[in-house]
Amino acid sequence: MHPAFSVIFFTTATGAGYGLLALTGIFFAFGAVPEDRLFGFFALAIALALVTGGLFSSVFHLGRPERAPRAFSQWKTSWLSREAVAATATYVPAAILGIGWVILGSDNAIVGGAGILAAIGALVTLVTTGMIYASLKPIPQWSSPYTVPGYILYALMTGATLLNALVLLAGADHSPVAFLAPLLVFAGWIFKNAAWRHNDQLAMPTSAASATGLKGTVRSVEWPHTEENYLMKEMGYRVARKHAEKLRLFVHAAAFAVPLALTLLSAVTGGTFAVAAACLAALVQVPGILTERWLFFAEAKHTVSLYYGR
Amino acid sequence: MTQLPTSTEKSLGLVIDLDTCVGCQACVTSCKEWNTGGHMAPLTDYNPYEGGADGVWFNRVHTYEQEAANGCGHDRTVHFPRSCLHCDEPACVTVCPTGASYKRSSDGIVLVDEDKCIGCKLCSWACPYGAREMDMDVGVMKKCTLCIDRIYNENLPERDRVPACVAACPAGARHYGDLADPDSPVSRLVAERGGVDLMPEMGYRPVNKYLPPRDRERTGPAVTAPALESADPQGGFLGWLDGVLSR
Repeated sequence: MHPAFSVIFFTTATGAGYGLLALTGIFFAFGAVPEDRLFGFFALAIALALVTGGLFSSVFHLGRPERAPRAFSQWKTSWLSREAVAATATYVPAAILGIGWVILGSDNAIVGGAGILAAIGALVTLVTTGMIYASLKPIPQWSSPYTVPGYILYALMTGATLLNALVLLAGADHSPVAFLAPLLVFAGWIFKNAAWRHNDQLAMPTSAASATGLKGTVRSVEWPHTEENYLMKEMGYRVARKHAEKLRLFVHAAAFAVPLALTLLSAVTGGTFAVAAACLAALVQVPGILTERWLFFAEAKHTVSLYYGR
Repeated sequence: MTQLPTSTEKSLGLVIDLDTCVGCQACVTSCKEWNTGGHMAPLTDYNPYEGGADGVWFNRVHTYEQEAANGCGHDRTVHFPRSCLHCDEPACVTVCPTGASYKRSSDGIVLVDEDKCIGCKLCSWACPYGAREMDMDVGVMKKCTLCIDRIYNENLPERDRVPACVAACPAGARHYGDLADPDSPVSRLVAERGGVDLMPEMGYRPVNKYLPPRDRERTGPAVTAPALESADPQGGFLGWLDGVLSR
């Protein structure tokens, strides 16, 4: 599948944003993050900036962005529509949390409850994003059982790395986030390996013979067109398969191994070194998770490629 | 609405005969000509006169070499027209976030309302057959309409109220009708020739059917035609001439 940058940015940015929002909301409700208003401002502002930037990026990916509000209408059948509804609904508890915490400086039950609701909204939105891909039967790598948990886990992982850096920047030592961040990075790494192992063994859910209704061996000898068409450009993308090995190595390092080492270091050390390690972990993970998502798209193969003998 | 009708009054669709299709592309060009001025107009072409020519088409004819399962000696070339199959379980409709894609309860035709489409491409990803193509100029998704602007068009003589591809086919390889009616000519043809669904295991339940090529051993000529003249003449004038020239 064609890896459009707008969609890669959308899924990774909203992922990190919802991960950060969910963890901030829960930890705030349980008083496990600094209650400092400036910290609240930065944590929520970064989370909502990532979410909003991602959502805007997805809108500009559309052929007709001005009609985007129509996407709220078909939530009864469409996961994309459900995502639009869930993403918008999540702004409500997020706004209450922000107003209560940052502007009013309150931590009463309403603000704490809003934190929990914002976390639930963020997780529901992540499920809907994952289901957009998981519900597409013609693409076996996406309709796999690893897609939805993967979207949630990588979102929480990147969100935790960001939150860890912010907590340390706010000068709070001994936060539970310090151990949660490396734990989630480690879990993400294990899960990504399992997902790749699963996907590498996947066969197409159908065959060229079944696609053409012919029996026996079917070979494509002539395409209907001499130049690449929409189907080839959108669904016949092949560059990634050539460089997949090297790119996966980069993902292993930048998305998982290096952030894991750095967040562990920041958890066991203290002072300026811990802050620097936590910030570096969050920075290194950016190209790592972007490459991971690029591969998610570029390595996925659509059944229409069977018609083209690919 | 993107909720599918529980049942449709008719299931209008095509039956395509892979035995008689000669791959002439007449259906392809006729489709393009009609539909670039029809319901989904225009069918945009990009760079039509330069390298990288590309554009929107609803019907594309592939060519395959089929090696029969029963061993060698039976290979054949099969021309294969590919277009929307107007499925009974069209995931392209249910994934649509705006309600632009819909399946009609009256005749089962799957359509796109161009005024509602936001061009998210998700429906083209959901279709395993590659039936939908995005119009990059207009920014919306386009697809086969089964020529709703021909089949119900009272300005056309009745015999022309068929999809443009069917009207154009010189080999009689394309048939149009109601596949929900077991007594319709298309349904009888499917029953008689063992018509099949494409990718039945994907569960989209396509309406269009394909008639597989006939078994050539049963329908081929029984006796091979004799050579025009004997290559080894015995006696007579030709025998003498053959002897002289062979010396």
